[in-house]
Amino acid sequence: MDLALSPEYEAFREEIATLLATHGDKAPTSEDRGMKNPKRLAWQAFLIEHGLAARTIPTEYGGYGAAPDILKSRIIAEEFSKSGLARGIANQGVSMLVPTLLELGTEQQKQDWIAKTLRGETVWCQGYSEPGAGSDLASLTTRAEIDGDDYVINGQKIWTSTAKQADMIFCLVRTHPDEKKHHGISYLIFPMDTPGIEIRPLVDMTGAANFNEVFFTDVRVPRSSVVGEPGKGWQVANATLTHERGMLGNPNAAEGRLLAIAELMQTETLNGQRLIDHPVYRDRLVGLQAEVAAMQANGLRVMTARLKKESAGLAGLIVKLQGCELNHELARLAIDALGEIGVLYDDSPYLKADGSWQARYMYDLGLIIGGGTAQIQKNIIAERGLGLPREPRAKTA
Amino acid sequence: MEFALSEDQRLLQDSMRGVLATASSLDEVRKVAAGEAGVALAISGALSEMGAAQLLVPEAHGGLGLGALEAALVQETLGAHICPAHFMAGSILAVEAIKLAGSETQQTDWLGQIAGGDMHVCVALTERVSKREGAGLIWNNGKLSGKAIFALETDGASHILTCDEQGALYMVASDAVGLSQRTLRTIDRTRGFNELVFENVEAEALEGGLDGAATDRVIALGRILLAADTLGAAGVMLEQAIAYAGERKQFGRVIGSFQAVKHMCAEMAAKLEPARALVWHGAYLFNTEPEKAALMACLAKSHISEIGTFIARTSTEVHGGMGFTDLVGLHYWFKRIGVNRQLLGSPEQLREEAARLQGWT
Repeated sequence: MDLALSPEYEAFREEIATLLATHGDKAPTSEDRGMKNPKRLAWQAFLIEHGLAARTIPTEYGGYGAAPDILKSRIIAEEFSKSGLARGIANQGVSMLVPTLLELGTEQQKQDWIAKTLRGETVWCQGYSEPGAGSDLASLTTRAEIDGDDYVINGQKIWTSTAKQADMIFCLVRTHPDEKKHHGISYLIFPMDTPGIEIRPLVDMTGAANFNEVFFTDVRVPRSSVVGEPGKGWQVANATLTHERGMLGNPNAAEGRLLAIAELMQTETLNGQRLIDHPVYRDRLVGLQAEVAAMQANGLRVMTARLKKESAGLAGLIVKLQGCELNHELARLAIDALGEIGVLYDDSPYLKADGSWQARYMYDLGLIIGGGTAQIQKNIIAERGLGLPREPRAKTA
Repeated sequence: MEFALSEDQRLLQDSMRGVLATASSLDEVRKVAAGEAGVALAISGALSEMGAAQLLVPEAHGGLGLGALEAALVQETLGAHICPAHFMAGSILAVEAIKLAGSETQQTDWLGQIAGGDMHVCVALTERVSKREGAGLIWNNGKLSGKAIFALETDGASHILTCDEQGALYMVASDAVGLSQRTLRTIDRTRGFNELVFENVEAEALEGGLDGAATDRVIALGRILLAADTLGAAGVMLEQAIAYAGERKQFGRVIGSFQAVKHMCAEMAAKLEPARALVWHGAYLFNTEPEKAALMACLAKSHISEIGTFIARTSTEVHGGMGFTDLVGLHYWFKRIGVNRQLLGSPEQLREEAARLQGWT
C-alpha cells in the first residue's frame, strides 16, 4: 500500500497543470455549442498535440503515440477536473469505435477513420439495441443480406444517441440467420447519409431527445464495411461494451457532484437556516460522502490491478452498478434538499444550477438501465464474480 | 502508487487465519458463549504466541513496530472468526494511547510490559463519544470518580485505560481500592463488556493526554479496527450465503440459480467491495496522513456498519429458516456486526461528527 506518486509523476502533474493554466483560454465553454464547433475542434487538436487526448493512439493514426500509462491518464483526468476546462472528445466514436478498429480493423479502415474520429471531424453513433433486443442483445434481428458486392440492410435500431449529428454508424446486424444467435452477427460501419436510413428522435423523460430510433430500408453498403470477420460481430462488439461499462462509473465525477451539493447546502436556506444546518439532510450528505470515498478507494484498487495487468475481480465488476446508483442518489439528495425549488425545470424563475440536478436525476436513471441494466449487472456479478450458477436457459420453441 | 496489500500483509492475514481456524473455531466460540471458563483466555494466548501484543509496540520497546493498517488486517481476521480473544483494546488502543500521551518512563515501563505479555489493559473510553445512564468520570485530587460503561476487554485485565470528562487519559490498576465492576450482557455473548464504577480511585495521568487530542486519535483508531472487524464478519456472512445458495435445492434447482437469490448475493458483494477498499484506505491514512484520520475513521466505520447490517440481514435471509437457527451459528456473526455498529459511535453519531470535522455544523 503506497499512495504516494514518484517524483517522475509529480513532475508530470506539474507539467499538465501548467499547460492547462497557460492555454485554458483556448478551451471551449458550454456557449460553444455543436459537436463540430470550430473552437471545440481546435481545442481537440491542441489536446492531441500535447498528449492530453488520444494519448496512446499511434501517431500514424493521428494520436499522440505515448505508451499506455494508467497513472498518467489518471493525473490528466484529475488535472482537467481541477481546472474545470473541457476535456478531450470522449464520444462513442473515440471511446468505442477507435479501440475496436485498432484491434480488429483492416489497415484501410484504420487509415480511413481513426484520425478523423480523434480530431472530431467524423462523429459516430452506435447501432446495437433494437426494440426486441435489449438485455438480450444477441437476439437482434436487423438483417444484412449479401447482394453482389454489397450488403442490403433492413431493420430497426433504438437508443441511438447522436444519430442526427453522426456521419457514420457502427452497427450490429444479422448476416448468418441460420447460425446460433451469437454466431450469426456481423459488425458493419457505414455512412449515416446512405439512402434508406431514417432517424426519428426519441424524446425521453428529461424532455430532451437524448436518443433516437433509426430505421433501415434496403440500405446498401459495400461488403468491405465489415469490421473483423463476417459472423464474428458479437466478439467485436464485446470488446467495446467492456469499454462502455468502464466509462459509466467515474468516481472522481461523483466527488465533484458531492462537493457541489455540499456547496449548495451551505448557500441555500430553508426557514432561515442553511440546508446544511438541517440534521437530516446533513446526515444524508455525509452518508453519500462515505459512499463516494468508498468508490474512489475501490477505483484505486481497480487501477492497481490494471497496472499489474491482473484482473480486478469483483472490485471491477461492481463499478457500473454501484457508480450509476451513487450518482442517482446524489442527484436525489440535491433535489430533496431544495424541496419545491428542486422540482423547478426548464427556464423557470428560481431555478438552481440550470435545473441540472433534475435533469441528472432523470438521466442517471437512464444510465442505470442503459449499457447493461442493473439487473443484468447483478447477474454478471453473481455468475462471474461469485460463481453462482447461470439461470437455466429457456427451451427454444 | 499501489493500492493493494503487500506480500507481508497478505502473509500476516494468512497466518492469522491459519491459527484462528482451530483456535477460534465455531465450536470454541460456542463454548465461550455458553460461559465456559478459560476458553476466551486460551484463544487470547494463541494470539499472544503470534505476537499480537507486540504488533503496534515500537521496536525500541520490544515490539514489531507495525502500523494501523496491519492492526486492521489482523482485526479483520478476528471479525471473520468471531474471535472472542483480546486484541483491539489491550494490544492496539492502549499501546497507541501510551505512545501518544505517555511520559518516557510510562512508555518504557508499560510498552515493554505489554509486549512481554505482563500487562493486559482494558480500555474504557465510551463516554468520550457517548454519555448515557449518567456515566462519565471526574478527576479530583489525583482520584477518579464516576462510572464508565461498555469497557472493552476487562476480563483478566491488569490495568484500565480511561479518560475523564475533559478527555484526559489515565491508567488505573484493576485491583485499585474503590473500583468495582459489573457485567453487562449484550446480544453478543462471545465478548464481555463491563461497567466500571470508580469511587475515589487512584489513577496515574498520561501527561501528554490532558487536552483530549490523544484520546480522540485513539478513538479514531478504535473505529478503524471496529470497521475492519465488521468487514471480516460481513465477508464471512457473504461467503456463507454464496456457499449455501450454491448447494441448497428447491424446486429441483439450487437456489443460487434463482435471480431473486442471486441478486441478493450480488447486492451484498457490490456493497462490500468498495467498503473493503474504504476500510483499507482509512487504516492506511491513519499513519500516512494523520490529519485525515479522524474524518476517514468516521466515514469508514459509519459506512461499513450500514453495509454490515445489510449483509447480516440479507445473508440470514438467503439461508432461509436455517439462518435463524442456532444450528448453523450464523447469528454469532450477525450479533458481532450488530454490537460493533454501536461501539464508539453509531453511524448517525459518526456522520454528525464527520460533518463537524469538515465545518459543516
